Amino acid sequence: MIETKKLVKRFGLKTILRGVDFSVEPGEFVALLGPNGAGKTTFLRILASLSRPSLGSVKVAGYSLPNESAQVRAKLGVVSHMPLLYPDLTAEENLQFYARMYGLMDYQLRITKVLEMVGLEHRRKDLIRTFSRGMQQRLAIGRAVIHDPEVMLFDEPYTGLDQDASEMLDGVLRSVAAEGRTVVMTSHDLARAEDLATRFDILSRGVIAASAKRTDFKNTNLLDFYKKALTD
Amino acid sequence: MKTETNTAEHRPSSIIYRPSFFKATMAIVQKDLAAELRSRELLSAMLVFSMLVILIFNFALELDVKVRQSVTAGVLWTTFAFAGTLGLNRSMAVEKDRGCMDGLLLAPVDRSAIFFGKAISNLAFMLIVEAIVLPLYALLYNETRIFQPSFLGVILLGSIGYIAVGTLLSAMSVQTRTRDVLLPILLFPVAVPVLLASVKASGGLLNGATFAEILAPLNLLIVYDVIFIAVAFMVFDFVVEE
Amino acid sequence: MQSKPIALTILDIVSIIVLGVATYLALVFAPTELVMGDVQRVFYFHVGTAWVGLVGFVLAAVSGIAYLITKNMKWDRFEVAAVEVSTMFFFITIVLGSIWARPAWNTWWTWDPRLTTAAVTELIYIAYFMLRQGIEDPDKRARFGAVYALLGGLSAPITFMVIRLFRTIHPVVIGNASAEAQGGFDMTADMRTAFFFALFAFTVIFIDMMWHRIRLSSLQEKVEELKLNVSM
Repeated sequence: MIETKKLVKRFGLKTILRGVDFSVEPGEFVALLGPNGAGKTTFLRILASLSRPSLGSVKVAGYSLPNESAQVRAKLGVVSHMPLLYPDLTAEENLQFYARMYGLMDYQLRITKVLEMVGLEHRRKDLIRTFSRGMQQRLAIGRAVIHDPEVMLFDEPYTGLDQDASEMLDGVLRSVAAEGRTVVMTSHDLARAEDLATRFDILSRGVIAASAKRTDFKNTNLLDFYKKALTD
Repeated sequence: MKTETNTAEHRPSSIIYRPSFFKATMAIVQKDLAAELRSRELLSAMLVFSMLVILIFNFALELDVKVRQSVTAGVLWTTFAFAGTLGLNRSMAVEKDRGCMDGLLLAPVDRSAIFFGKAISNLAFMLIVEAIVLPLYALLYNETRIFQPSFLGVILLGSIGYIAVGTLLSAMSVQTRTRDVLLPILLFPVAVPVLLASVKASGGLLNGATFAEILAPLNLLIVYDVIFIAVAFMVFDFVVEE
Repeated sequence: MQSKPIALTILDIVSIIVLGVATYLALVFAPTELVMGDVQRVFYFHVGTAWVGLVGFVLAAVSGIAYLITKNMKWDRFEVAAVEVSTMFFFITIVLGSIWARPAWNTWWTWDPRLTTAAVTELIYIAYFMLRQGIEDPDKRARFGAVYALLGGLSAPITFMVIRLFRTIHPVVIGNASAEAQGGFDMTADMRTAFFFALFAFTVIFIDMMWHRIRLSSLQEKVEELKLNVSM
């Protein structure tokens, strides 16, 4: 579903990604872990077609980037630590806007369904600026799945959320965003990643340093695996 | 796309939806107008600022009947240019601050549709401000010649050119460290032709020039509009990509 | 470490020689103009610097387009060099013009199309540098610089045409003068020699400075690269 080969990204002279080989099977939930500055966000922005790779090939949902970026974008949902919502519009209006940007027809039913899924049906006529951070983030997930994408990218979705809000977001991520889709998530919250993901890849110094499936962990846990990968 | 982990009730569709260029543009325009209609932050700032500029000009230039004859067009265009940068800056900052620009860029639409969407809403804000400031100016100074169609046509042409370059440059300036101060510095030297041609044409009309007499600045105004809309259309991709 | 190319050293020497010759031709060889006297002699360097300033401005816009198409950083270095060198030459043009204008027009400055366009062009250049200063990422800096150089290159000629609609007193020595021009004159054969040699001399000096500036940029880049290697 996602495949990158020898992906290199440079900002001027600084090389952020130095040959990332990465692939995700349909239906997998991959957590991309790594220290700050390892290039996780850069990598995700390349998969999201927001940033161009300097070298190497990227394929998402069967289309290659950056040449077929419009097709990729139609099949992609992104949740980042910013909600990407307009504060002066209501929840419903925000979703209407994005539905139109994705070329959906008869989107009213879809919007109602999405609002129900993220548990904000009762707030549909309220302005986003009145929403708490957790509610905004839930609506951001609704926004990201409005066009029913095959691939989801989460970039540190828990940033700035308290314990309760994180738990609520967990539920929504699991039931709405991840269900039946292919997911890549960056996070430095190992505990949460351990609950959600089916595979763990560690990005360090611009390359994938290690990769393990959830089923591989028998006697060890994710934290040990993570520490070992970084020290190697 | 067949996947094994799919549950029976949910399966992402494999049809690709993509809005037409026109629909995407209009979606952005409607979004901007709806948000502005609710908050009125941008329009009220532009309007209050315009009134203050005119007030200052009134005393700085002592706008008596004689002086007014020659400076009205200049006063009006200076006001619109200043108020315009205020609106342009704000309109693009709204997209940038909460990452909404990424939201727009993630949609499966041509990047130039985003440019036209933002440009049309910026133009709408500018025209609304002009539609309020001009009658007010006419009322204050008893200048009824403002309402001739050719004068309004010049205002429209000038605003189009100014907004086309301004929207492009504001998309650049919000991405810089010095964004709060940079837009007017970038915009004014490049917009000199459109402002001066507009002043020349509208000033001529206020002083009773015939249509033939203002044809030269009018032509340059049209040339500028066409060239800069085309260029902005072509280079907008380079301004928003990474 | 790359040493200075011999051709560049030769060009440095040639530049100094032609500058000397041009000075001699302008100040001694060319006959004194009858009406204006010796002050007319700034004319040779005034037009010479204006000519290369204009060439640099066009080159900047063209290399901006070349950069946007090829994304090759050498065009960015070329563009910066062109803008910097011609900013300096345009400034000299304006100063020399003012020195001449004081006795000829009885004013240091007038809002004539050429003067105004030169002033606006300088402002565009200054804005160009301010824009570049505000951006960290070298690729983005290059892209924005290219776009702005292109916009400036397109708007300057229209500025000139618009201001011509107001009025002009600037003399046109080459081509047809307008009836209102003040301070025009006809060139004798010796004046022509001094004039064309000045154009030639400043073209040589311009190329020499461009070369130095481009070389400086590449060296700067190399230093950055070495620093980066050390810190890793």
